[in-house]
Amino acid sequence: MNRFAFATVSTLAVAAASSVVAEPQAEVLHWWTSGGEAKSVAVLQEEFASNGGTWTDMPVAGGGGDAAMTALRARVLAGNAPAAVQLKGPAIQEWYEEGVLADISSVAEAEGWAEVLPASIAGHMKCEGTWCAAPVNVHRVDWIWANADVLAANGIEMPTTWEEFNAAADKLQAAGVIPLAHGGQAWQDATVFETVVLGIGGPEFFQKALVDLDPEALTSDTMVQVFDQMRTLRGYVDENFSGRDWNLATAMVMNGEAAFQIMGDWAKGEFLAAGKKPGEDFLCASTPGDGYLYNVDSFAMFDVEGDDKKAGQDLLAKLIVAPNFQKVFNLNKGSIPARTDVALDDFDICANLSAKDMGATSDAGSLLPSYAHGMALRGSQSGAITDVVTAHFNSDMSSADAVQQLADAVANSY
Amino acid sequence: MSEWLENHLPKVVLAPSFIAVLIFVYGFIGWTAWVSLTRSKLLPKYEIKGFIQYERLFDSPRWDTAINNLYVFGALFIVIAMVLGLLLAILLDQKIRAEGAIRTIYLYPMALSMIVTGTAWKWILNPGLGIESMVQGWGFPNFEFDWLVNPDYAIYTIVMAAIWQSSGFVMALFLAGLRSVDGEIIKAAQVDGIPTWRIYTAIIIPSMAPIFLSAFIVLAHLAIKSFDLVIALTGGGPGYATDLPATYMYAMAFSRGDIGQAASSAMIMMLVVFAIVVPYLYSELRAKND
Amino acid sequence: MTDISMPQTQTRTQSGTGKIALRWLLYVLLGLFALYYLMPLFVMVTTSLKSLEEIRTGSLISLPREVSFDAWKTAWSGACTGIQCEGLRPYFWNSVLIAVPAVAISTLLGALNGYVVAQWRFKGANIIFSLMLFGCFIPFQVVLLPMARLLGMMGIAGTIPGLIFVHVIYGLGFTTLFFRNYYVTIPAELTKAARVDGAGFLRIFWSIFLPLSLPIVVVTVIWQFTQIWNDFLFGVSFSQAGTQPVTVALNNIVNSTTGVKEYNVDMAAAIIAGLPTLLVYVVAGKYFIRGLTAGSVKG
Repeated sequence: MNRFAFATVSTLAVAAASSVVAEPQAEVLHWWTSGGEAKSVAVLQEEFASNGGTWTDMPVAGGGGDAAMTALRARVLAGNAPAAVQLKGPAIQEWYEEGVLADISSVAEAEGWAEVLPASIAGHMKCEGTWCAAPVNVHRVDWIWANADVLAANGIEMPTTWEEFNAAADKLQAAGVIPLAHGGQAWQDATVFETVVLGIGGPEFFQKALVDLDPEALTSDTMVQVFDQMRTLRGYVDENFSGRDWNLATAMVMNGEAAFQIMGDWAKGEFLAAGKKPGEDFLCASTPGDGYLYNVDSFAMFDVEGDDKKAGQDLLAKLIVAPNFQKVFNLNKGSIPARTDVALDDFDICANLSAKDMGATSDAGSLLPSYAHGMALRGSQSGAITDVVTAHFNSDMSSADAVQQLADAVANSY
Repeated sequence: MSEWLENHLPKVVLAPSFIAVLIFVYGFIGWTAWVSLTRSKLLPKYEIKGFIQYERLFDSPRWDTAINNLYVFGALFIVIAMVLGLLLAILLDQKIRAEGAIRTIYLYPMALSMIVTGTAWKWILNPGLGIESMVQGWGFPNFEFDWLVNPDYAIYTIVMAAIWQSSGFVMALFLAGLRSVDGEIIKAAQVDGIPTWRIYTAIIIPSMAPIFLSAFIVLAHLAIKSFDLVIALTGGGPGYATDLPATYMYAMAFSRGDIGQAASSAMIMMLVVFAIVVPYLYSELRAKND
Repeated sequence: MTDISMPQTQTRTQSGTGKIALRWLLYVLLGLFALYYLMPLFVMVTTSLKSLEEIRTGSLISLPREVSFDAWKTAWSGACTGIQCEGLRPYFWNSVLIAVPAVAISTLLGALNGYVVAQWRFKGANIIFSLMLFGCFIPFQVVLLPMARLLGMMGIAGTIPGLIFVHVIYGLGFTTLFFRNYYVTIPAELTKAARVDGAGFLRIFWSIFLPLSLPIVVVTVIWQFTQIWNDFLFGVSFSQAGTQPVTVALNNIVNSTTGVKEYNVDMAAAIIAGLPTLLVYVVAGKYFIRGLTAGSVKG
């Protein structure tokens, strides 16, 4: 009945516009609202418009996408889903299981997505064999950013182990610089946590603990050490960090107030938007340890009614994966293209490092999905872990207690 | 026919609203109760699986924190807002010049959304930007006021902002009550030489018992529903130190994709509201029928 | 009216200067409280008039050295929510389009309902009333998901009529309560006499009750307008691109940062979003208290 009502409205709209050919239109729900991000979305919008499409922007800022997810759920329940929604990781498959995603296999096959996307990333875009989402980029999460001048002034090299990091931080603190710029939001705490897990435990341990949720790994001594290091890091953060947005923390590194930030490469977009040069003004390196944590942004396509909307959806999917957009968008966003056949000559050294490491870790089996950014686990599981991580980081909980709570929370999250 | 209509018109007029309330309040509560017994994840499912969601809820340390916060927040908020509201009402009742202007000042926070004022409070309470840095700038470098970012004290900043928001409204309630106390009794008491404070404590305040009850009910339900306030001020942080049941429910439903869990927490909230409001409504309506 | 401000007993026992000192103390206390209530507003206004540079270097409560309305202009017509940079203006009008009809409809329905419950008692009327009243107290998170489904079935999901509908439904409890408590004080004999004279249900409402209702209408309108204008939860859940109310847009602006947080724009946007309800209170605040005295509180 709702379908019918909605179809009627769309038909009327088409009749009113008195057009015969479908005019591609798409409402896009996203939460890319900060500087570098908003610029990147604008690129997509322009390209969509220049291909004859009508873009309806539906940004919902706040809470790392929570507010947007609220809106999405209400829209889906109302039978009135937006055409494309910024979604990623297992959430795509979760929505598919609810039976609300569209099949865009025809576009994917016509464009040959299977040949140009790495297998692990393509896997995230498929729902039981059909294509249901279009990847935009590959973000690396385990980055550490630094202000080049501050490091030089204090005679510090980029750290390659957590011990080196702690030593450098102590030195910086003594010199009156905030060692670590951090924003006290749960997802940021989780971001730091997973890089520490990867650094101290190694890729295999990361896989066991944060992807397979192996109870032994979760309660192991290694995990205790991870929480010990989190406690140490807490000491390197300024007292005013609570609730700070990540890009404001990035700004602290930019202006020399702080030395380091541990954050995915969307932070680079902020540096670039402020006119800073990689390698000169700011430095990038992977966080101490081996491995590569990826975070793939993508747009999931929802079932919509009406030829105009379907045409819009197909056009959008096609443009998103096309080489030109992949290049321009990622130059703005700080990430690297999801397709492997885009030349990286115009990209900076950080992006080239990211691409090189992605290839190497993919061969070595240490290319891992980020848990903090919803690539590894379903919402209720990753949320349960984040609860413990953020509670530990923001209190004086002991590492032993944290490990126990972690195991309990995971067991309680199914 | 028209006579029937005339006789039944009152019921006909009331019917649409009543039916709407039946569906949109009670029907939806029933729906939520049902879903709380399922394993719904991203979207609601209707297959009953028993009380598993409630077991998970009571096992969750985060829910414990939310409930404890509700006790602390609720108790402090209700008591302080009532005391302050009463005090302000009594002060304003002393034939004050410019009473209207002062009253408007005390009452205006009620007019603003917490999304609006949260922006200001967040700033005032932020140690790096607000009061702390201001007082330090005055030459007290050791002054500390970091409640907003201190997990043990952050809940008290929520209390502060909530009292700021609602105490003016409580004042208005009490002021209206003071103004409607029988003047004759008070005159008589004054003639008898009873001191003013005694007149308040022995005569006026006891006669306002129903207003205390109304104020309590309004404040209690504001406390249980507090949502915008936490979102705007702390977002539930640091960690989840300032989570309240309303924000817990919201987080489960919308960022975790755990609708069954959200529904069970919503039902617990409903029960708390029920326990407070139903006896009140019952006594109210019985009293009025007499 | 109570008159206990200056009891004779006190005049006799206290000296004149003591009385004046007490009076001064009273005003100082009232003034201090006024400062407490005004501080956030003061900070918002002064901050919105400062430049970013001055905010960084200056003190929280200092007055702006150079008054600049740039932030206001940006907030109204230039601030970015996502990739669109048209400020609060379109969303502000959305809020108007939502609030005005929703307030009018819920007030009218509340008046009719209150009239029935208070004056045309029939069996079960009280139970119906208390069931409606309980609806005021439920946590609205409970109804979000089923409501979304229902709006979709009715074909008004994500539209302004949909939001109006939601606000009317969940406003009914309070509006009915206000009018019921007001009308209950009007003697039943009035209705009886009118009926004897042959006046019907609607005629009595129209020509007797409605003319008496101005104070309670003002109270109800203020209350409903404030609730609906300030709503965030329904706004964020039941709107789509183009129908988002001003509170949602404000939240987007405050959370849309481009490296530097423009506190002055945030504050200006917050004030703009709060201005209509603030104005209503300042202009009609005394009706609010008068209305409370008249109806919604038993004294």
